[in-house]
Amino acid sequence: MSTLTYREALNEALSEEMERDDRVMLMGEEVAEYDGAYKVSKGLLKKFGPKRIIDTPISETGFTGLAIGAAMYGLRPVVEYMTWSFSLVCFDQIINNAAQVRYMSGGQLSVPIVFRGSSGGGLQVGATHSHTPENWYANVPGLTVITPAFPDDAKGLLKSAIRSNNPVCFIENEKLYGYKDEVPEGEYLTEIGKARVRREGSDLTIVSNSGSTHRALNAARTLEAEGISVEVIDLRTIKPLDFATIAESVTKTNRVLIVEENKPFAGWGAQVAYQIQRELFDDLDAPVHRLTSIDVPQPYNGRMEQAVLPNEERVVVAIKEVLA
Amino acid sequence: MPAADPAVKNSKANASSRLPELDPKQKVELFRQMIRVRHFEEKAKQAFQQGKIKGFCHLYNGQEAVAVGTISVLNEDDAVITAYRDHAHALTRGTDSKACMAELFGKITGCSRGKGGSMHFFDVKRHFYGGHGIVGGQIPLGTGLAYAQKYLGTNRVTLAYMGDGAINQGAVHEAMNLAALWKLPVIYIIENNEWSMGTSQARSSAGDPLTKRAGAFDMAAIQADGMDIDDVRAKTFEAVSLARTESQPTLMEIRTYRYFGHSMSDPGNYRSKEEIEQRKANDPIERYKAKLITQKVATEESLNAIDEEALAEAQAAYDFAESSPEPEIETMYEDIFTPEDQIPEFRPDIRG
Repeated sequence: MSTLTYREALNEALSEEMERDDRVMLMGEEVAEYDGAYKVSKGLLKKFGPKRIIDTPISETGFTGLAIGAAMYGLRPVVEYMTWSFSLVCFDQIINNAAQVRYMSGGQLSVPIVFRGSSGGGLQVGATHSHTPENWYANVPGLTVITPAFPDDAKGLLKSAIRSNNPVCFIENEKLYGYKDEVPEGEYLTEIGKARVRREGSDLTIVSNSGSTHRALNAARTLEAEGISVEVIDLRTIKPLDFATIAESVTKTNRVLIVEENKPFAGWGAQVAYQIQRELFDDLDAPVHRLTSIDVPQPYNGRMEQAVLPNEERVVVAIKEVLA
Repeated sequence: MPAADPAVKNSKANASSRLPELDPKQKVELFRQMIRVRHFEEKAKQAFQQGKIKGFCHLYNGQEAVAVGTISVLNEDDAVITAYRDHAHALTRGTDSKACMAELFGKITGCSRGKGGSMHFFDVKRHFYGGHGIVGGQIPLGTGLAYAQKYLGTNRVTLAYMGDGAINQGAVHEAMNLAALWKLPVIYIIENNEWSMGTSQARSSAGDPLTKRAGAFDMAAIQADGMDIDDVRAKTFEAVSLARTESQPTLMEIRTYRYFGHSMSDPGNYRSKEEIEQRKANDPIERYKAKLITQKVATEESLNAIDEEALAEAQAAYDFAESSPEPEIETMYEDIFTPEDQIPEFRPDIRG
């Protein structure tokens, strides 16, 4: 085992997959000479050269569409958005082209592309830079949506995403780039569409993702002192959803709290809550509870932004509400 | 009147390569391609009016020399991508007219298995990458095809078509910048039929001619007369040569005209009957037919016979589409995901 930061783990994934397959390349703003706005691509230009690591002008629609066209022709591009908030600029290309050209062509085309970049709030960067878009993309048939929370998963899932023959939205979390944890050595892949129980417990199941998985784990550790045993599932992949892991947990604990950073209306948790109450109704001792960001644009002020997020204090309160 | 032709910039192409002279058989073949597109579109119009084609149907009548002329200059393995007025491009690339008509009827035998419809014809085996509905959305895709052609060292080029309305989309500007900056072998072709649905060029676009946009990117620009297939061929050949020999893009503006409305849903009240009749007097197929006869390349009888064959082909396509089966409803789950071969399948419920 080695200890890596989340960003180093992503860097290793990119490096290994590019070494393995000539058709994989990385393009985006500042990915090459700047070593990446968040340093995820540090050292890659030096290692692979400007044909494989490409600095783009600021034109998300242009370079996203270009990368999709290149994928249609047989390359395997990785497109970096400096932040996923910037993907709003090229929504049409991702949804109408990446996700749908295969269908519209009756199966003649493949789009083996990965869109990746940072996301999430808590850094006081304001309303246009703090989106968590996984729910928007999960709503689109044809897209796979991954949100890793730990370095080992980030590496294994990015490798799998690059090897996938289908379009993947790989949504990282900006606050987690510096998070250090153990990563297996040697070659490994993490399975797309499989959740992971990050903490076992018996009183309540938390279903969470990305930055919120850590908030849930911290709340669980806090409540251990009060004798409350919380099981935390990190979804890892939002779509396709691993309902089996959720079901196994909920049939054991009989109570569930969803913790997500999405804004509430049609956040990913709404889908999970529907499926849980629909399929596990008789296993529930309490209604499904759900904690999301507050339904306001992301403010700049620090205390205010923390209040908007599903912060640890709110998670603790929500856990107690479910157990009451 | 179209503005004067800007010269192609920095081209070594003119000196070292010349558009090959066609033999009589090849010239007659150009006529055949145009007339079969014409008859296919007319048959599609009838079928739409009979309720056999639904949704949107954008016809190409009047513009035949553009698709046929431009594509005739390509190698078989060059790439073509266009917007939603795409029947002619598919047919000219070699897609069977039966498969095209069946697609319009939504049948399983359609070129997109009934999943695409009129706006989404695809024939990837023949290097035709669609068929796209969002105005200008296909231009970054076409730029990407050219990017991959260059990356893989294929020496192939891409023709990426758009209408005069598309030139104002941000996507087009972004793509053009990338093509010029990165020296991509793509030829952007504006099929300028003067009307972006019901809005004239004068009411849509600042700056005339539209080829001026290329200057912003130091990109070569060419204009052609879309009613004259030989002019279309000659000018496209210059652009293709530049792309192939120097990997530089070109913006082409081909002046043409559509006789029908924007689509079958458009009665075309924004144009006068006089305007349409005036343009029809310059019909590209009639002009070329007269040229072939005058030059003694073919007799009127032989060309009329080809006309009849094309009519019969269109009827056969209609009959095939009519008698083809509908797709099974369950096929709606197919063609979403490509089967995985390097990782486990992650959507076993949905097959590829």
